[in-house]
Amino acid sequence: MSHLPVPKTYKLYIGGAFPRSESGRVYEVTTAKGDFLANAAKASRKDARDAVVAARAALGGWAGTTAYNRGQVLYRIAELLEGRSAQFVEELRLTDGISAATALKQVEAAIDTWVWYAGWTDKFAQVAGNANPVAGPYFNISVPEPTGVVAIVAPQAEGLLGLVSVLAPVLLSGNTAVVIASEKSPLSAVTLSEVLATSDVPGGVVNILTGSAAEITPWLAGHADVNALDLAGAEALDWVDLQVTAADTLKRVLPPEPGAPAQSLARIAFFTETKTVWHTKALI
Amino acid sequence: MTATETRFLDYAPAPESASILNLRDSYGLFIDGDFVPGSGKPFAAISPATEKKIAEVAYADAQDVDRAVAAARKAYDRTWSKLSGSDRGKYLFRIARLVQERARELAVAESLDNGKPIKESRDVDIPLVAAWFFYYAGWADKLDHAGLGPNPRSLGVAAQIVPWNFPLLMLAWKIAPALAAGNTVVLKPADTTPLSALIFAEIIQQADLPPGVVNFINGGGDTGAALVNHPDVNKVAFTGSTPVGRMIAKSVAGSGKSVTLELGGKAANIVFDDAPLDQAIEGIVNGIFFNQGHVCCAGSRLLVQENIEAEVVERLKDRLTTLRLGDPLDKNTDIGAINSRAQLDRIRELSDIGEAEGATRWSAPCEIPAKGFWFAPTIFTGVETSHRIARDEIFGPVLSVLTFRTPAEAISKANNTPFGLSAGIWTDKGSKILAVADKLRAGVIWANTFNRFDPASPFGGYKESGYGREGGRHGLAAYLTSGKAAR
Repeated sequence: MSHLPVPKTYKLYIGGAFPRSESGRVYEVTTAKGDFLANAAKASRKDARDAVVAARAALGGWAGTTAYNRGQVLYRIAELLEGRSAQFVEELRLTDGISAATALKQVEAAIDTWVWYAGWTDKFAQVAGNANPVAGPYFNISVPEPTGVVAIVAPQAEGLLGLVSVLAPVLLSGNTAVVIASEKSPLSAVTLSEVLATSDVPGGVVNILTGSAAEITPWLAGHADVNALDLAGAEALDWVDLQVTAADTLKRVLPPEPGAPAQSLARIAFFTETKTVWHTKALI
Repeated sequence: MTATETRFLDYAPAPESASILNLRDSYGLFIDGDFVPGSGKPFAAISPATEKKIAEVAYADAQDVDRAVAAARKAYDRTWSKLSGSDRGKYLFRIARLVQERARELAVAESLDNGKPIKESRDVDIPLVAAWFFYYAGWADKLDHAGLGPNPRSLGVAAQIVPWNFPLLMLAWKIAPALAAGNTVVLKPADTTPLSALIFAEIIQQADLPPGVVNFINGGGDTGAALVNHPDVNKVAFTGSTPVGRMIAKSVAGSGKSVTLELGGKAANIVFDDAPLDQAIEGIVNGIFFNQGHVCCAGSRLLVQENIEAEVVERLKDRLTTLRLGDPLDKNTDIGAINSRAQLDRIRELSDIGEAEGATRWSAPCEIPAKGFWFAPTIFTGVETSHRIARDEIFGPVLSVLTFRTPAEAISKANNTPFGLSAGIWTDKGSKILAVADKLRAGVIWANTFNRFDPASPFGGYKESGYGREGGRHGLAAYLTSGKAAR
């Protein structure tokens, strides 16, 4: 007996739930050849603002977990990605017009990237922080802390790998994120959100929007409750203007980068703040 | 009480002699190792304590900025970037020693031009300037060990703009790490405090630093803008107000210039009811009245636990009554002059708004000299979080007192600001210090102390207090790039 397929409705991921866009809008996702694949939600300004509210609300809890716990939660996501790899391969093959073998390579790279970053949670502070030998009776220590809510324009190419390469380094130090998925290749991003929803990442830590980056990013760049902006996939946008907008609230801004950014400590450090605490020592 | 009456607290005048200074009548710009005339209209450096002219200073226009950047580029390409790290370090050690040798002169010049008490310039500013050069001198040949990535390299020409509150110290914070990392520098001092940088230029000559490695241009906002926007600048470092910081962040957007900004603050100084109160009172006073409150990290919001508010405020008033306001060059002076008329106007305006919004104002009873710019140490009680004096940076000797009942309330009030530069915590309970410090969104936190600075200790803000760190190993990162990609 033949089975008539049941296609999935691709929705947004905000605050741990899967809403449609409040605007009611969708856009067509097609294969590389132009055949219809799905109607993805086309997020609006209101959706972006809701996502920021959810990310801010989740920040205290996520940043407050122990680094060991955060590492385990993130590692579990890699486990779940592995189990879903066939689905990711299929989606990437369709949206990006690549062979199954190439897609599999990308999925495997994405999983390995996730594992690499997950392992940094309880080590980064040891590498980026240090005690400071000040000239006085003080115990003085510098430690990195998450910057806060980070808005990310995901790389347009290499759907899943691109997304993972920008999301993981933001999350591991305790930031929360609002991500605008690749416009052409959003399916794997939505599927990643299903992985996140069934893992132990609290709702709101990651929020994923699909739609037009050109339309949504300016609202995030100007949002006073967003602390940093990663423009990795914004090469085709007027990103200098976005940077100017972000300067109003002195956001930390990473400029566009071609392809999926390489694993790097600098990327983790960019979304952290160094806190230095001086403690007096008693004079005995 | 008349001026001729004496109290047991009165001291005989003990002014430091300005005769140690060997000032010129007029100063040029310092470009390519020499003092040269500027193309703009020269301006007067005045003493804020007497409003008397100290010297005439050349004003740099865009053409002068261009010459200074060209000199820095030439020095970078031909000399400084080719020098070994250990030789760069040795030049910085020389500078540190020369600063120590001429410390007295520099302290007098700083107090004369800035208005800060000589005991602060002598015991804090200038010793830290020397310490900053000593600290970064040692890094120059150890960049590979700084843990800032493989193959660390300098950025090129650094454009640096410093404020008027710690003129020479901010210069040291900027120049020492920049040179240690191998960059060359064009620095613009603030237009109300050009003097100490010009004396420092003589030190650079005495150190025989290759010409063009450090250049000073004086001038106003247009000079600064020309410097920041110069296409041959690779790095911009700015310390100053948040509005100007925003302007700079906008103007360099998309330019590829690396930027660090150290901007305003509205620090909470949190005093719990189990704090060592004798020390806390001194710490609150130091936190807001050090340098007339012209400190970006000043503890301008006192958050005191409700049950000890009355006692703390009373003791603060008692203490402030003993502070001596007057001649910055007098060794007994605690509170010097406000740096400029414009700043005095701003402090007065915000204080008047504080009263109009319903807070209660108290000022220490002290005689205000007839000439110069002065503002008596002032405390506002009954301040609410919505008041302008609880939100805006006043940058003067004005303390806003707010209260709290629980640690959670203290933390939430402390973080209720777009700024995030510094904070203070006063309690005898170590575990409370650590827990509260974890939750404060600020770059520098002082526990049972305030306003401590050290070249080994990173300094800089969260949120709209800017980005990047100055001081320590972290401060080097602002002047280096690493990895394979060549610029």
